[in-house]
Amino acid sequence: MKILVSVKRVPDPYAKITPNATGADINRDGLQMAVNPFDEIALEEAIRLKEAGKASEVVAVSIGGAESQEQLRTALAMGADRAILVQTDALLDAPSVAKILAAVYQREQPQLMLMGKQAIDMDENQVGQMLAALLDLPQATFASKITLENGSAIVERETDNGIETLKTPLPAIITADLRLNEPRYVALTGIVRARSKPLETLTPADLGVQVQTRMRLVKVEAPPARKAGKRVSDVHELVRLLREEARVI
Amino acid sequence: MKILIVAETDGGRVSEKTLPAIAFAQQQSPDNFTILAIGENLQCIETLTGYGAQAVLTVNHPALAKPLAERYAPVIAHHARQLGADAIVATTTTFSRDVLARVAGLLDAPMLSDIIALETANGKLVAKRPIYSANLIGTFEVEGSPVVITVRGPAWGKPNPTGAQSPVQSAEAPAAIPQRAEWLGLQGGSGGRPDLTQARVVVSGGRPLKDPETFEKYIGGLADALGGAVGATRAAVDSGIAPNELQVGQTGKTVAPELYIAVAVSGSVQHLAGMKDSKVIVAINTDPEAPIFQVADYGLVADLYQVLPELTELVKNSRA
Ligand SMILES: Cc1cc2nc3c(=O)[nH]c(=O)nc-3n(C[C@H](O)[C@H](O)[C@H](O)COP(=O)(O)OP(=O)(O)OC[C@H]3O[C@@H](n4cnc5c(N)ncnc54)[C@H](O)[C@@H]3O)c2cc1C
Repeated sequence: MKILVSVKRVPDPYAKITPNATGADINRDGLQMAVNPFDEIALEEAIRLKEAGKASEVVAVSIGGAESQEQLRTALAMGADRAILVQTDALLDAPSVAKILAAVYQREQPQLMLMGKQAIDMDENQVGQMLAALLDLPQATFASKITLENGSAIVERETDNGIETLKTPLPAIITADLRLNEPRYVALTGIVRARSKPLETLTPADLGVQVQTRMRLVKVEAPPARKAGKRVSDVHELVRLLREEARVI
Repeated sequence: MKILIVAETDGGRVSEKTLPAIAFAQQQSPDNFTILAIGENLQCIETLTGYGAQAVLTVNHPALAKPLAERYAPVIAHHARQLGADAIVATTTTFSRDVLARVAGLLDAPMLSDIIALETANGKLVAKRPIYSANLIGTFEVEGSPVVITVRGPAWGKPNPTGAQSPVQSAEAPAAIPQRAEWLGLQGGSGGRPDLTQARVVVSGGRPLKDPETFEKYIGGLADALGGAVGATRAAVDSGIAPNELQVGQTGKTVAPELYIAVAVSGSVQHLAGMKDSKVIVAINTDPEAPIFQVADYGLVADLYQVLPELTELVKNSRA
């Protein structure tokens, strides 16, 4: 069984993100970049399935500029067998990303597509579901546990109402939530070994996709700051202030 | 703008979580919005009828007894087309994230997730939404119609009752509902406490609460004294101290209660992303440098085990 995993280059989750001087984008000077944490979890899951003998090949795909090769190298170092970069410097909205991934899916014909539930830059949480719609495949989003058996996946999903379990035949699109697993630490030997693994570069045009971006980020700003309030000395003072000043109890 | 609101249901009941989406429609297009509720033998339709919708459409079908995106999305897309909707809207929840993004895929529509403001300028929709774990607010321009939108509940609040009742009309499901994925079960529940996203008061606990019993005793105890809901950090959830559905933050729920009490919560950006719009924030933490104090209106540097029992008693007495 082949598993396709998408990987996005995003700012490191612990980096401090600020607007740049024009206010039209974030400040990217010296910004540490990383594999989107949710994609890393999806990748880890795919690699574990391969290690458990349930998958035969793990293919990582990224869409973005040449610099996204760095994230694909990390994916290869973690254990992906090969990687595909769909290289474009165009600004893409989620439907465009889904269309490119759909074309890669058609070309690769995997039995399972695993991806992060959201990218931590735009926090949209859309592409997996859009891709499932475009490919007319079943979907299981926000997975915290995946069990494969007899051509189906039993997926536990994190919902607002609790853990939902569903069963879907494969192929399907499954998106990973944080608790699915803890990604492995990439050892130096893996990084060295990854240099010899294949990394193919395509363009959207090679895939026959013409992207048209209909949504644009035009401005970024800091949210209204909350100012730190007062220190209270004990619970009596706290309760008094909550009652008399804030009037919330 | 013609709006189709998708009501949140669990397949059996309409949820009050739909209300912020209705508040959004009242603000954007008070005379031209319709609500669609999907399930089987749906209860609590009256939750939706008092706010001026042109109609409340209900689709009841045995295949729709549980909210599976693969089944709900084509029903929504069908009615969005029939109505000629310019915007398909729901409140941001895991239900709407799952289902509406699939609707956007079916309709080839751009989607705005979790918006906090919307206006029209030069024929384009201009929306604001939190990005980068709510560290920043992004302004987005969108072209085309329809557009799929989820609205951040706390930013839109509750709709105003209009006095009149919207007609409830039963509507058709499209002929083919795909039925590949099957629903097997759901574990969880708030144990009789108010829903986290709707509660007036939320008490949240972090990793130092040790185990489920301690968490329940201290955090649950204070929440009950205040008639509030219980929340947790991801670290607390990951250590098995609190159930997943209580997680507040970037990858959990967004809450904005009148009072948020953070107990032994460090205040990571990811946690703040889910609660910093609360009206009043209280932090109780042993570390005077903990980042949570930077957003707290009232900060108490103290050991939770020393102060929570007394605080709980004081609250009980002051409310008695
Ligand atoms: C991609 C990503 C997404 C994430 N999403 C979320 C999310 O949605 N929600 C979330 O919460 N986190 C999220 N996190 C995790 C987040 O970064 C923090 O690790 C987490 O919020 C920390 O939880 P905590 O405050 O319980 O634990 P800690 O950081 O361990 O903090 C515990 C705090 O308790 C204080 N303390 C210790 N003992 C006592 C005592 N006896 N009395 C009082 N105070 C005490 C300490 O001083 C400390 O400040 C995410 C992380 C990543 C990378």
